[in-house]
Amino acid sequence: MQLIIKILRKPITSTIIAILCGFFVASIILSLAGYNSIQTINVMFNGVFSRPKSIANVIIKSTPIILTGLSVAFAFKTGLFNIGAEGQYIMGTIFAVIMGIQFDFVPYIQVPLVIFSGMIAGALYGGIVGLLKSKFGIHEVITSIMLNWIALYMSNFIANTSVFHKPNTTGTYVINESSFTQVLYKWKTSRAGIAYLKNNSFLSDILLRTDLNYGIIIAIVLAIFISFFLLKTTKGFELRAVGLNNHASEFAGIDVKKNILHSMLIAGALSGLAGALTITGMSPHNISTISVFEGNGLNGLSVALIANSSPIGCIFAGLLFSGLIYGGQSVQSEVGVPSEIINIMIGTIVFFVALTRLIPQLANVFEKKVGKKNAN
Amino acid sequence: MKKVASLIILVFILTSLFAGCVSDSKSSNYQFSIGMVTDTGGINDQSFNTSAWEGLQSLSEDTGAKISYIESKQTTDYTTNLDSFADQNCDLVWAIGFSMSDSILNASKSNPDIKYAIVDNSYGENTPDNVTGVMFRSEETAFLVGYIAGKTTKTDKVGFVGGIEGNIIRQFEYGYRAGVDYAAKELGKNIKTDIQYIETFSDATKAKATTSKMMFDGCDIVFHAAGGAGVGVIEAAKEANKFAIGVDRDQAYLAPNNVLTSAIKNVGEAVKLVSQSMMLGEDISGKTMVYGLKDGCIGIPENNPNLSLEVYENVLEIQQKIMDGDIIPPDTKEAYNTYKSIL
Repeated sequence: MQLIIKILRKPITSTIIAILCGFFVASIILSLAGYNSIQTINVMFNGVFSRPKSIANVIIKSTPIILTGLSVAFAFKTGLFNIGAEGQYIMGTIFAVIMGIQFDFVPYIQVPLVIFSGMIAGALYGGIVGLLKSKFGIHEVITSIMLNWIALYMSNFIANTSVFHKPNTTGTYVINESSFTQVLYKWKTSRAGIAYLKNNSFLSDILLRTDLNYGIIIAIVLAIFISFFLLKTTKGFELRAVGLNNHASEFAGIDVKKNILHSMLIAGALSGLAGALTITGMSPHNISTISVFEGNGLNGLSVALIANSSPIGCIFAGLLFSGLIYGGQSVQSEVGVPSEIINIMIGTIVFFVALTRLIPQLANVFEKKVGKKNAN
Repeated sequence: MKKVASLIILVFILTSLFAGCVSDSKSSNYQFSIGMVTDTGGINDQSFNTSAWEGLQSLSEDTGAKISYIESKQTTDYTTNLDSFADQNCDLVWAIGFSMSDSILNASKSNPDIKYAIVDNSYGENTPDNVTGVMFRSEETAFLVGYIAGKTTKTDKVGFVGGIEGNIIRQFEYGYRAGVDYAAKELGKNIKTDIQYIETFSDATKAKATTSKMMFDGCDIVFHAAGGAGVGVIEAAKEANKFAIGVDRDQAYLAPNNVLTSAIKNVGEAVKLVSQSMMLGEDISGKTMVYGLKDGCIGIPENNPNLSLEVYENVLEIQQKIMDGDIIPPDTKEAYNTYKSIL
């Protein structure tokens, strides 16, 4: 019994139980909608794990949401709710596209240039929110929701500007090839590369047929760095202190306003980086006119929530979320479940994960019972 | 502890119950399988994705072909979605919409055994051997509705709302303008055509605002070629109690009293025709199929309650003339200028 209580107290247990509950409720919903739930969930898992390629795709798709999740989690540690990750992400894509089309240097100058401009665009965009919050006390949720829409329409504006708009399409030109960050892009599209890969099914599966790119490495390194930064540095301590109690922090001599601004700048940079890496690492390497948010920033909110705002947790939460999305697509093509039901399924799983705090309480209930027994 | 154990057992029992709900039937016969990837508009866009899927469904009913679709949520999904149909060894993969043109090129290169087809895109001379382009002579139906608009207008001013400028939408624009001019010449008067582009295929609010402005400025009939955003055009017509002309499908159901007619572009029919030829083993890969009035893929609806009988009869004559090649509606600016100079 004591062992069970101990296991239940571990955060990882709660998350796993929550995911299982999510799948269970999702299977009830699927059955109610008239689909074979076992088969559906089976297809979903197969879609994710059956081939090296599908695992690679999950990793590729997780990169932007790990980073936006990291952005939200980071801001959250400073007591800010960064719902503006979507807008910062879009700004990142816009500036990456502009730089990627306008310049064409050698890759080792071009790639950093494109990525950093996206990152800076995101940082400045987040900075606006931070500045408004710290100088005038305007709530960050309101400003960032508005800024999200401004970013969306700005993206549409750029996509339709004659300099960038590719005729007869709904989007811009593709960025110059020198800015691509796919693994071995030049080699794998060359004749020698294709010839070599033909004989190696594993490599051709993950290289030729996916957009495997270096983004995930950056995302993981940053998650570890942010974790270190928050926990082991003075600046990180200040940021967390502001998040925990800004009055106490101010009393202790921490500049609260400055820290709010810094926090939003860093959070914005992370989301902007996510946008830039999507542009450089994934086809079609451009932006198109959109009418609704693509959701990379908003999914970041869910990722941060699942991870309980732990930077390292964001890596796993991002992978889980991306697996659900990618697996959901194979459910659609193989079982024919409409995407609405799949979204309900994903939503249910996320919902249960968000309820994880109930699990440790379950441990408390057990403990009380055990205590009573012992007392008897 | 017992409770937890019983809960877990309950979970297993329940889920295994559901397993029996749907039984999958596997037939030993070979089935022609078709996959369809929507663009970011999604399967329920009430426009060409919906239409294409309806076409495939009807094909499946007729022939028993196995069909499935994947919706693209983001443009980065195109590649992975096309690829997952390649994994399922589909015989034919459809891409709905020209935004997937680059992705199709890449996919066709890495899967030479699979046939691909794309709606609204022509690669011209450079069509890969396993890709079929599907194009429409939309200018023909646009000409017809332009003619109707010219004949029906009372203010001598009609309008056109386009989505994002491009060859596909220009076919509609110039066909429409030519039709209006043709009617104006017949009536011996001058009719002005107001052309507006709203730079989106999805923002109905913007379409509505633009149309309201046009109607305020004197247009009494507005034709749209703006995809999903076109709903806004029809709403504006409803509010101003003037006429809108629908596109792609018979859109009269959106506002029965205010939709004059629709320029039908039956993507589903074309999708069905092409898929059928492929199933029969006809070699149409590497080509661009162009469908017009003759093939029944485009045209105007049979029932137009808001249209006067006289105009409808005139339109049928014009339609015949187009089919016979006596009138060649222009599809580009240059063709339109030539057309106008000889009119």
